[in-house]
Amino acid sequence: MYDVAVIGAGVTGGMIARKLSSYNLTICLLEKENDVAMGATRANSAIVHAGFDAEEGTLKAKLNVKGSEMMKQVTDELGVKYKNNGSLVIGFNAEDRAVLEGLLERGRKNGVRDLRIIEKEELGRIEPNISKNVICALYAPTGAIVCPYDLAIAAIGNAMDNGVKLKLNFEVTGIKKTEEGYEISSGEEKISARYIVNAAGLYADAIAAMAGDTSLRIRPRRGEYILLDKECGGLVTHTIFRTPSKMGKGILVTPTVDGNLLTGPTSVDMEEKEDKATTPEGFARIIKEACENVDGIPFNKTITSFCGLRAVGNTGDFIINTPLEGFVNVAGIESPGLSASPAIAEYVAQLLEEQGLALSAKMDYDPYRKSMHAFREASIEEKNALIRKDRTYGKIVCRCEGVTEGEILEAIRTNPKPSDLDGVKRRTRAQMGRCQGGFCGPYIVELLARELGIPYDKVTKSGGDSYINIGETKEDR
Amino acid sequence: MTDLVIIGGGPAGMSAAVAAYESGIRDILILERDENLGGILQQCIHNGFGLHKFGEELTGPEYAWRYEKKVRELGIPFKLNTMVLDITEDRVITATSSEEGVFQIQAKAIILAMGCRERSKGALNIAGTRPAGIYSAGTAQKYVNRKGYMPGKNVVILGSGDIGLIMARRMTLEGASVKAVCELMPYSGGLARNIEQCLHDFNIPLKLSTTVVEIHGKDRVTGVTIAAVDERRRPIPETREYIPCDTLLLSVGLIPENELSKSAGISLDRITGGAEVDQDRQTSVEGIFACGNVLHVHDLVDYVSEEAEIAGRSAAEYIKGAKPGDESVRITTDGKVRYTVPQRVTADKAVNVYFRVADVYKNVTIQVYRDGEPVYAKKKARVAPGEMETLRIGEDIIKGAKELKLGLEVSGQ
Repeated sequence: MYDVAVIGAGVTGGMIARKLSSYNLTICLLEKENDVAMGATRANSAIVHAGFDAEEGTLKAKLNVKGSEMMKQVTDELGVKYKNNGSLVIGFNAEDRAVLEGLLERGRKNGVRDLRIIEKEELGRIEPNISKNVICALYAPTGAIVCPYDLAIAAIGNAMDNGVKLKLNFEVTGIKKTEEGYEISSGEEKISARYIVNAAGLYADAIAAMAGDTSLRIRPRRGEYILLDKECGGLVTHTIFRTPSKMGKGILVTPTVDGNLLTGPTSVDMEEKEDKATTPEGFARIIKEACENVDGIPFNKTITSFCGLRAVGNTGDFIINTPLEGFVNVAGIESPGLSASPAIAEYVAQLLEEQGLALSAKMDYDPYRKSMHAFREASIEEKNALIRKDRTYGKIVCRCEGVTEGEILEAIRTNPKPSDLDGVKRRTRAQMGRCQGGFCGPYIVELLARELGIPYDKVTKSGGDSYINIGETKEDR
Repeated sequence: MTDLVIIGGGPAGMSAAVAAYESGIRDILILERDENLGGILQQCIHNGFGLHKFGEELTGPEYAWRYEKKVRELGIPFKLNTMVLDITEDRVITATSSEEGVFQIQAKAIILAMGCRERSKGALNIAGTRPAGIYSAGTAQKYVNRKGYMPGKNVVILGSGDIGLIMARRMTLEGASVKAVCELMPYSGGLARNIEQCLHDFNIPLKLSTTVVEIHGKDRVTGVTIAAVDERRRPIPETREYIPCDTLLLSVGLIPENELSKSAGISLDRITGGAEVDQDRQTSVEGIFACGNVLHVHDLVDYVSEEAEIAGRSAAEYIKGAKPGDESVRITTDGKVRYTVPQRVTADKAVNVYFRVADVYKNVTIQVYRDGEPVYAKKKARVAPGEMETLRIGEDIIKGAKELKLGLEVSGQ
C-alpha cells in the first residue's frame, strides 16, 4: 500500500511526485508509456511564461506567476538548463496596442514584475530581426525558456532518488474505492494507494471517471511546431509572441535552451487523443506567421517538425480539485502548465494535507540531481580528467550534437532509465541534431541492447512495437 | 607542429594522404572518427567502384582497401576513433578520443575530407506521424550491410538518389518487397546505370514527379500516402494513393558536412554547400584545402580520389613554401550549369572543371566564355543533374582572362 499514487509521469505528475518525495511518504508514479514525459510535456513551446496572459484570480494566473518565480531555483537544483531570455508580445497596429495595454494591466494585477510597453525604436535595438511592420511590444523581462522534457525527466529522476517508485507501461484500466483508499489496476496488475493524484493529461477525464468523478471533459488541441538548426538559434534572443486575438495566441518564434530556433504552435481542436500527426496546413500557417513576426527565418534549415496535444479542460482554467475523498484532480493543465508546474506541486501537496495526508519533512530528502549536461559544459582539463577515469567520455557518438559514449551510458544508467532510442535522445540530445540519428542511431541501438541485455533487434524507437529492425538478414521470414 | 593534418580517413582523406606523401611530405596525420579507415565505402558492398581509376569493378571495401594498403605500406600515421571538434583559421585542430582525451594540434596545412551526410526526414516537413521505420537510405544500408539486421520488409523509397537505388536492390535481395521509388522531380537524381541495374532489373517501379505526402502508423510505419506533383512540385490531391508498408527509406540528397569549415571561417559555396576553392582545392583560408564529398557531392568515388590527389599534391607544395596566386579569376555559371568546382583559378595553367547542370537537357553545347566571348564549345547528347560533368579549360584560355563563364546552349532554344 502506497501513501500516494500519482497517475501520469509528465512534467505535472513529475513535479508533484518530487514535491511529495520531500515528505515521509511512500509514493508511486504510474505511466502508461514506455518512458516519462511522453504526453504534452514532450512537445510544447518550452516557455516559462511571465504570467500576464491568464485572467486575474484564476488558478492559471496565480500558479503561473508563482511557478515562474520558482523555476530558476528548481532548475538549479535539478541541473536543468534554464534561460531568462525575456519575452516580447509584438503589436502591428493600434488595435494590437490596445490589447497589449490590457495585458500590461492584467499582468500587473497578476503580480508580474517589470512589465512595460516598448516602442519600435527600442524594440529594433534589442531584437534587430523583428519585422519592420511591428510598432510596439509588451516586454516581459521575467519570461524564460526551459526544456520541458529535460525538466520532467530530472524531476522524476530526483523523485526516484528520493524513494518514489516509477512504474512504466502501467496503463490504468480500473480504480476501485477500498476501505483504506484505492485499488488501481492495469490489466491484471494491481497496486493500492491511500491517495490518488490524477495528473493523466489528456486522459485525466477517463481516470477521474474510473474513480467516480464524471465532471471532467478533456479535449485534445493540436499544436504543430517546426524546429530549426542551431545555426539559426541566434536570430532572436527573446521569445516573440504575437498579440493574442480571438484566433488564439498565434505562432511564436523563440530560441531554445539548446540553441535551436523553435516556431509554432498551431492550435486546432481535435477529437482523437492519439492523433499526433502533422499537417501541410499546419506547416503553411507556421511558416507564414513566423515570417510575419521575424525577418529572415531560414526554413530551409529545418531539422524536424512535430506535433503535441494540449489537454484542454472544460472550465477555461486549470482544474485542480478534490471531487472525491483522497482523490485530487490535476487536469486541464494546458499552457501555462509548464511554467506553473512547481507551484502546482506545492498546491497539490496542500490539498492532500487538507484531505488528511500527514506531511512530515523527510530528513534525508535531497533536492539536488547531478546535471546531465555537466560533461558538455566542463572545461578541457575537467573533461580530460574524466576521460582518464572513464575512456568512454573521449568517444563522440553523436557528431552533430557532440555527445560522447560516456554521456549516453550515464543516461542509460541514471533514473529514470530510458529503454528506447527516443528516451536516449531526450536525455542526451544524441540523434537530435542535423542528421537526426542517421549516423549514430545504429551504434546507440548497440549500446541500448548491451546495457539492457536484449537482442539488437528488440531495441525500439519508443516502446511498444516500434522496432528499429525486424530481424537478422537472410533469416527465414 | 604537424606538417599536414587530414580530417577524415575515407577515400578522399586516404588519396590525399598518399598524394601528399608521394609529393615528398612525411609528417602527415589522418584523423578518422570511425573505428576503421574507409569511410562510407565500408558499407557499400556492391560493385562498380574503380572503373575509371583502376579499370576494374571493385566493391566499396575493396576500393577503400587499395588506398588503406598504401597508407599502411607508406607508414602514414592515422588515429582512429578520433573526432575533430574544432578548427581555427590559424590551423589549430582540437580533437577528442578515448586514448588521448581532448587534444590540440597545430598544422602547417589541413585537408578537409569529412564527407557528407544524408538529408533527413525532419528537413522535409512530411505530414503525418513519426513512427519507427523511417530511415535515410544510408542508415538502412548500415543496418543491413554492417550490422546484419533488416530494418523492414515492405519498403517505399522516397528520392531516387544513388544510395536509394542501391538500397532498393539490396533490400530486394534480402527478401524485402520494394513497392515503389518515388521521385519529386521529373527525372532521377541517380546514375542511369543504377536505374537500370537496381530498379528495372528487379521490376521496381520508379514514380517520377511523385512524393510522399503523409506518413501513417503509431509505433511502426503502417503505410504512406503518395501523390503526383504539378510542375511547381505541389501535390495534386486527386492523385493521392495509399501504399501499405512498414518502412520508408529516404534518399533525398546529400549535404557536405562543413560545420568544421565554418568554425575555421572558410567561405562556402551556397550551391554546393562546400568550400569555395581554387584549382589547387585551396579554400578561402590559406593552408586549408578540401576534397571529396565535403567539397561537393560526387557520383563516383573515382573522381573523389582524383580530386583528393590534387588537394594532396597542392597541400604538399604549400608546405614546401608555395603561396596561392594573388590574381583570382572567378568561374561563373549561367544557371543551366548550376555550379563548378573549382569556383576560381589563380594560376595560368590548364584546369579540369567539374560541374553539374540544373535540369535534364538534350543535344547541348557546353560553352566556355572568356570575358564574355565564347572561346570553347563541346557538344553532348544528354546532360542530367545526377551525372557530374567535367571539362578541361586550356592554359591559353585562362591566361590573361578576367572572368570565365560556363554555360549550356540547348539546341532548339
